[in-house]
Amino acid sequence: MKSFRILLVAAALAAGAGVAVAADETSLEISIKDHRFTPAELHAAADKPIIIVVKNLDATPEEFESKALKIEKVVAGAAEITVRVRPLKPGRYHFVGEYHEATAKGELVVE
Amino acid sequence: MLGALIIVFREVIEAGLVIGIVLAVTRGARGSRAFVFGGVAAGALGAGVVALFADALSQAVAGRGQELFNAGVLAVAVVMLASHNIWMARHGRELASELAAAGRAAVSGDKSFLALALVVALAVLREGSEVALFLYGILASGESAADLLAGGVAGLVLGALVSALTYFGLVTIPARHLFSVTTAMITLLAAGLAAQCAGFLQQAWIVTALSQTVWDTSGVLPDSSLFGRVLHTLIGYVDQPTALQVVVYVATLAGIIIATRLAAPRPRAANVHAAAE
Repeated sequence: MKSFRILLVAAALAAGAGVAVAADETSLEISIKDHRFTPAELHAAADKPIIIVVKNLDATPEEFESKALKIEKVVAGAAEITVRVRPLKPGRYHFVGEYHEATAKGELVVE
Repeated sequence: MLGALIIVFREVIEAGLVIGIVLAVTRGARGSRAFVFGGVAAGALGAGVVALFADALSQAVAGRGQELFNAGVLAVAVVMLASHNIWMARHGRELASELAAAGRAAVSGDKSFLALALVVALAVLREGSEVALFLYGILASGESAADLLAGGVAGLVLGALVSALTYFGLVTIPARHLFSVTTAMITLLAAGLAAQCAGFLQQAWIVTALSQTVWDTSGVLPDSSLFGRVLHTLIGYVDQPTALQVVVYVATLAGIIIATRLAAPRPRAANVHAAAE
C-alpha cells in the first residue's frame, strides 16, 4: 500500500506535466449516426498528439472503444466526448462502437 | 438478443467474480452476507445514478470526468483490497483456525468486511453503470426492445452464475488452504485493478510517461474474449499493456506482498507455513 501512495503522488506530479502538453496537436471530429461512424476513416499525422471529438447523433448511448488506441469511453445519447490519443507511429488503428460492433466500425490512419 | 447478452455478460463478469471471491472469503462470518449483498445493492443503485448523469460526467474536468471517475473508483478498490489482506495477515490465521474448528464462529472482523463490501459495491458501480446505460439505450431506441432486453437480462443472470460458480468452486477448497488461495487471488485482483487505474490516467493524459505498448497478444488471446476477460479479472491480463501498466502491476503486487509480510505476527509466522504457498 505504501508503494501505491507513492504512485498516487507520482500520478499527481505527472498530472502537472500532462496539462503542459496542449499545443501542436491534431484535432479531429467524428459523428455516430444510425450506429455508424462518419467519416469511417480519420487521418492524422504521425508523432503528434491527437484529439478526437466524438459526437453521438443517435438517441442511444455508445461506447467508443479501441484496443490499439487504448481508449474505452462511454458517450451518452445525443452527446459528445473528447478522446485523447498519444502521439502515434504510422499505421492503421481500428476502433469500434462497442454497443453496436456489427455496424459501428472505423479506422484512424496515421501517416 | 445474443449480441445484447454478450455485451452485458462481458461487463458483469468482473463484478461477478469479485462477488464470488468476497463471498468465499467471508464465508462463515456472522452477518457477512448482509455486508456483501448490501454492497451489491448500493453499487447497483450508484450505477443507475452514474448512468443517468453519464453525459455530465463526461463533460466534467475538461472532458476527463469519465476517466478520473473510473481511476478513482479503481484506486479506492485497490486500497481496500490491500488493507483487507494486511488486516487478515495480522488477525486472519487465528480466525481461519477458529472457523475450521468451530464451523461457524462469530468473527469480529466487521471493519475488514466493510472494506470488502465496499470493493463489491465499487465493482458493481463501475461495471453496472455501463450495463445500465446500454439497457437504457435499448429501452430508448424502442426497436425490437423486448428481444434485446431479454438478452440483457440473460447476461445479468449469467453474471450471477459466475458469482455462484466462483463461490462454490472456492468453498470446495479445504478451510486451511482457503485463506492462502483467497489472499493470493485478492493480491492479483488488486494488482490488475491498479493497472487498469493507470490505463485510465493515461487515457486522460494525466500521466503521459511510459505510454509505449510492452507486448501485443491480442492475436492469440484478445482480452475482449470471454476467457481473456476472466483472466483480465483474475490476474489482470491485458493484451496490449502500456509500460506504466506493467510497472504499476508489479509495484502493487510487490507492495501488498511486502506489507502483508511485515504485518504478520512474527512468532506465529515462524511455525505456520508461508502465505505465498
